[in-house]
Amino acid sequence: MKGGSGAVLNKSMEKNYEGSFHIVGGDFSRAGEASTELKSILQSLGIEKEIVRRASIATFEAEMNIIIYATAGILRYVITPEEIRIIAEDMGPGIEDIELAMQEGYSTAPEWVREMGWGSGMGLPNMKKNSDEFYIDSVVGEGTRVEMVIRRQIFSEGRSNDH
Amino acid sequence: MTIKELVEVLDAEVLTPELSLDLEVKGGYVSDLLSDVMAHAKEGDLWITLQTHLNIVAVASLKSVSGIVVVNNRRPGAETLKKAVEEGIPILTTPHTSFEIAGRLYQFLNAEKV
Repeated sequence: MKGGSGAVLNKSMEKNYEGSFHIVGGDFSRAGEASTELKSILQSLGIEKEIVRRASIATFEAEMNIIIYATAGILRYVITPEEIRIIAEDMGPGIEDIELAMQEGYSTAPEWVREMGWGSGMGLPNMKKNSDEFYIDSVVGEGTRVEMVIRRQIFSEGRSNDH
Repeated sequence: MTIKELVEVLDAEVLTPELSLDLEVKGGYVSDLLSDVMAHAKEGDLWITLQTHLNIVAVASLKSVSGIVVVNNRRPGAETLKKAVEEGIPILTTPHTSFEIAGRLYQFLNAEKV
């Protein structure tokens, strides 16, 4: 799956790449499949390692949230020469207090999910940290929509996402 | 230092004999919280954890860690090991605690640098 030759890189500049993954809520056995596949796609397009790393983390967290909380969801991605846009939309319980949910350490995950090492309240903060733009909308009883943009331009060390 | 060289140091048993242990270990990370591992583990780290379920392989694979050491004599199930072989993530188990394993790994990696 791994690419990254010059030819592939040039090809990646010619057009946009789009796709989507259907995520089934509660299916922990397939957790990470969508993010791993997206990571392979990004690598095959020759996208810079650090950008791939950030996009993979953000996508994995979004995928996990659908699996942990929702009935079902869709993860969509659009890759352009400028950015990687990831949109996660689910049919789920929704988030009552988004501000609270964005706080590191806050989680509504059940005990058995926490025992697996998920539900530590780091998912949404991890998504935000690894994105250049982060939008979240949620309606209780209907679902949640997260949109993340990771820009492909490489900035100097000055930009910090680790706070 | 490769995983192969560390097996004895960590008193470990290799649970994925199908896989090569020649991967280089560049560092280590100790955590049982998967989002924390996703946020902070580095490529080439040896991941020390007590988690044994299937998702550890996906996290390890996404982060390109060199391998997983499961501590306290815990043993991942067949499903986890099968996935690990598919993804090329070596899994070891050891009777020691995370503290002990991290200490040994730290000592050996640093001794190598001198």
